[in-house]
Amino acid sequence: MILELFLSASVLLGGFFAFVAGLGILRLPDVLIRMHATTKAGTLASGLIMLAVIFAFGDASTVARGVSIVLFLLLTAPVAAHMIGRAAFRADVPLWGKTKIDPTARTKLGVPPRPGGKVRAQTASSTAISPTRNTNGTT
Amino acid sequence: MSVFLLNLLLAVAWAGLTGTFSLTGLAIGYVVGFLALWVISPLFQDQGGYFMRVYRWIKLLVLFHYELIVSSVQVAWDVLTPRHRARPGIVAVPLAAKGEAEVLLVTNLISLTPGTLSLDVTEDCNTLFVHAMFADDPDQICADIRDGMERWVKEALT
Repeated sequence: MILELFLSASVLLGGFFAFVAGLGILRLPDVLIRMHATTKAGTLASGLIMLAVIFAFGDASTVARGVSIVLFLLLTAPVAAHMIGRAAFRADVPLWGKTKIDPTARTKLGVPPRPGGKVRAQTASSTAISPTRNTNGTT
Repeated sequence: MSVFLLNLLLAVAWAGLTGTFSLTGLAIGYVVGFLALWVISPLFQDQGGYFMRVYRWIKLLVLFHYELIVSSVQVAWDVLTPRHRARPGIVAVPLAAKGEAEVLLVTNLISLTPGTLSLDVTEDCNTLFVHAMFADDPDQICADIRDGMERWVKEALT
């Protein structure tokens, strides 16, 4: 009885967080903030559902699979978010208006300056990727 | 490391003696073996600081899950309420972690904890750029990461 309540609560909460993660992609203002929603809420959602699966079946092979699913999610979800965020930052995807960017970020990371930007002239390496990015400035 | 092997051996012995060769049996055996070894630990030299290490790994895991839940609730709140209260920013955080494994673990954990998402690391692994949901005070974010996740990871790995 208690176990069943716990299992249902766990699955329902998992579903709720998965829903929130999906809704976050629709609602939040820019790429990086959307990544916040998908990594955190998404990971917790799958973790909760796997927890319920582990306790519902309880045999060795299910437990082993459930634990490894959670482990690999914890390992890969942040890496994927990191790669998407990094690509977005390097490709000058427009960020939400209120975002404050650390002024040293571009130089320290070796990102070529924005095309048509105010500070520096374009280097040879930056011309290959940046000119196309200026036109699609919609959010 | 030999204490760890001894502990595993005790877990297998426990599972064998109680006749429950399942994961639960092995887990219970591990806990019982750990307690038994901890009680008799003054009798042998504990080279690697095994007990401290297990304690720190458990601390890391518990604190991490707590932070993951807090951050998910925060994100859910921000998604479900009509107004976005976020004041985001990209913040440079000095990184004290050494070596690929430590940096990987720290950045992964930062991505999963409240308000921060690791964005990029400089070539020399000294500075981490973090996208923060509430970037009013960059120094506070740096301090939180240094005294939180980074310290727990360093304690667990060394």
